[in-house]
Amino acid sequence: MKATPTHAAAAEEFLKDEERSHWHDDTLWHVRSKRDVAAQKIPEWEQLRTNASQVKDHVLSNMDKLLLQFEKNATENGIEVLWAKDAEEHNQHILRILEEYQVKNLVKSKSILTEECGLNHFLEDKGYDVVDTDLGERIIQFNKQVPSHIVMPAIHLKKKEIGDIFHKHLGTDEGADDPAYLTEAARQHLRQKFIQARVAITGVNFGIAETGGFVVCTNEGNADMGTHLADVHIACMGIEKLVPRAADLGVFLRLLARSATGQSITNYTSHFHRPREGKKLYLILVDNGRTDQLGREDFRNSLKCIRCGACMNTCPIYRRSSGFSYNSTVPGPIGSILSPGMDLKKHSTLPFASTLCGSCTDVCPVKINIHEQLYKWRQVITKEGPSQPSKKWAMRFGGNVMSKPKLFDLMGNLARKSLSISPRGFVYNSFNAWGKHRELPEVPKESFKEWYRKNRKQ
Amino acid sequence: MKVGLFIPCYVELFYPQVAIASLELLESAGVDVDYPLKQTCCGQPMANSGYQNYGEGSAALFRKNFSEFDYVVCPSGSCTLHAKDHIYSGEENEPKIYELCEFLTDVLKIKELKADFPFKVGIHASCHGLRGLHLAKPSELMGADFNKPKQLLEMVKGIELIELTRKDECCGFGGTFAVLEEAVSVGMGKDRIKDHEEHGVQVITGADMSCLMHLEGIIRRDKSSVKVMHIAEILNARVPKTQNQ
Repeated sequence: MKATPTHAAAAEEFLKDEERSHWHDDTLWHVRSKRDVAAQKIPEWEQLRTNASQVKDHVLSNMDKLLLQFEKNATENGIEVLWAKDAEEHNQHILRILEEYQVKNLVKSKSILTEECGLNHFLEDKGYDVVDTDLGERIIQFNKQVPSHIVMPAIHLKKKEIGDIFHKHLGTDEGADDPAYLTEAARQHLRQKFIQARVAITGVNFGIAETGGFVVCTNEGNADMGTHLADVHIACMGIEKLVPRAADLGVFLRLLARSATGQSITNYTSHFHRPREGKKLYLILVDNGRTDQLGREDFRNSLKCIRCGACMNTCPIYRRSSGFSYNSTVPGPIGSILSPGMDLKKHSTLPFASTLCGSCTDVCPVKINIHEQLYKWRQVITKEGPSQPSKKWAMRFGGNVMSKPKLFDLMGNLARKSLSISPRGFVYNSFNAWGKHRELPEVPKESFKEWYRKNRKQ
Repeated sequence: MKVGLFIPCYVELFYPQVAIASLELLESAGVDVDYPLKQTCCGQPMANSGYQNYGEGSAALFRKNFSEFDYVVCPSGSCTLHAKDHIYSGEENEPKIYELCEFLTDVLKIKELKADFPFKVGIHASCHGLRGLHLAKPSELMGADFNKPKQLLEMVKGIELIELTRKDECCGFGGTFAVLEEAVSVGMGKDRIKDHEEHGVQVITGADMSCLMHLEGIIRRDKSSVKVMHIAEILNARVPKTQNQ
């Protein structure tokens, strides 16, 4: 199997197209700015974030009881609850349901969980026609890509590129890139798929333990369109998506859309409690590594995430390197603390794809200390991850020098002297990553210590 | 009140003028300040690279060097934050550590400065000082605005502070990130510089020389006319001058 490229290598590749990188940065910065405007309108914004974080603390500490309460109430409502310990079990549940109803076509609204489980490929390999009905997801499905962002899956594509994709797959006019025209074409195309599909899959934004119901948020109404027309609704939910009470939605729904896109609320906030008469409603509760993460004291509160994507929009590295550079279902800062828990080796460079600027932490609506967890993952990766002998040696050497004042002074003077006398070509060699596009500092005639000895301490 | 001055390793070696300005600022405010000569580094380069354990020697040395002081003051938000989070535990008998600007505004409660600096200045809000130490209100957080470095710069005669389009975006330095993620790091740095240039800034200043070292590296390579100066140099500027003139 091909090794996953490091984040740095993938990012460098994306940055080669400077114009695209700037366009990507500006597009997402615009979303971050909209979020700021929306948050400024809520005087109690910071209080809401604190409340949301505390509710999720409660959920994480009482996950066992809340899940059972949720299962009991959902079952009493007539929902068939299934448990999946991993992606494989999740996919098998769905396959079994499809086989039972002898259905070959299905529609699916956005669910990052099903991406995480690789559901589309799993079903397509078995001859099923899985149609993603979120516009962005349908675009990348045509383009045989995965989402580059969890809220705006096709944010990496420009209007013209989408026009080309639609021309190829939907027969729109060549070169046409008017958003209204393209959206109308997608609408007509998806209507047919909605009408044909007897099974609809959705994700879950919030499962309510108290009522056994759940909430799905979309901007396009595609979850509703799918589930209203189908005989069978399968909802897939990560076990961390619980809230204890319906009243808690008053906190989370106010935060979610504002953080995600700067809207005051998603266009469709749909509450599902029981199957409609004569129809079937399944709810699959998926672990897939979540209880492992819950058991990691330093990283457990990453499970508070409500998948708003605000940390991606604000991250200066994500904006300039795009979601694909992370090679992870959930990219960006939150992905960089979730993914190492799933596969430490594959995702070992992600916690280093950050300056630890902390913007992600301050923008997070549930107050996950993302940048502190990035720091902590770094400590874990140098111990348990792929070995990097030269980096380790350099850091050990550095640590040794820094703990001995005389050695530090000696090495410091040596560095200053050698920098000031070495020819330029020697200093700016191919191993000097700093010097590729930057000058090194000019060497002053004396260090501060030398100055201090002369001028203050005789 | 005994104050110990901690100077970051790269400032000690490459930017002595920043350390001198910091020292003179404290002295002219009448502070009893000393610079322990056996200091090296706070250990952040190792720790942020995932080798916190290799930084333990320098952390122990740091504690020893400053054990006799009431306060440690450091002209770097980043090193201050690292020492706060990883060297000290916040106990009573430890010295209190402050970044230079917050020491001037919060402890000394400086109301005026003798500085004179008739130039257009853009503030680079370094992340660790901003979001870690709360030297200013980060744009992500809602609430009342405040900005300690700006508050000090406003006391400088002749200065014109310039507003930026993105007032607190990271410059891309990030310690070893600057070399491990060279492409993104340089891209971020260039974007920051452009924001300052487009608004007519003559001097970029900030409370962290490391970010400024990164920006200066790009500025000098690209032969831009913008200068960088640490905030201590401006707050201590007696005669109007810019760096390298």
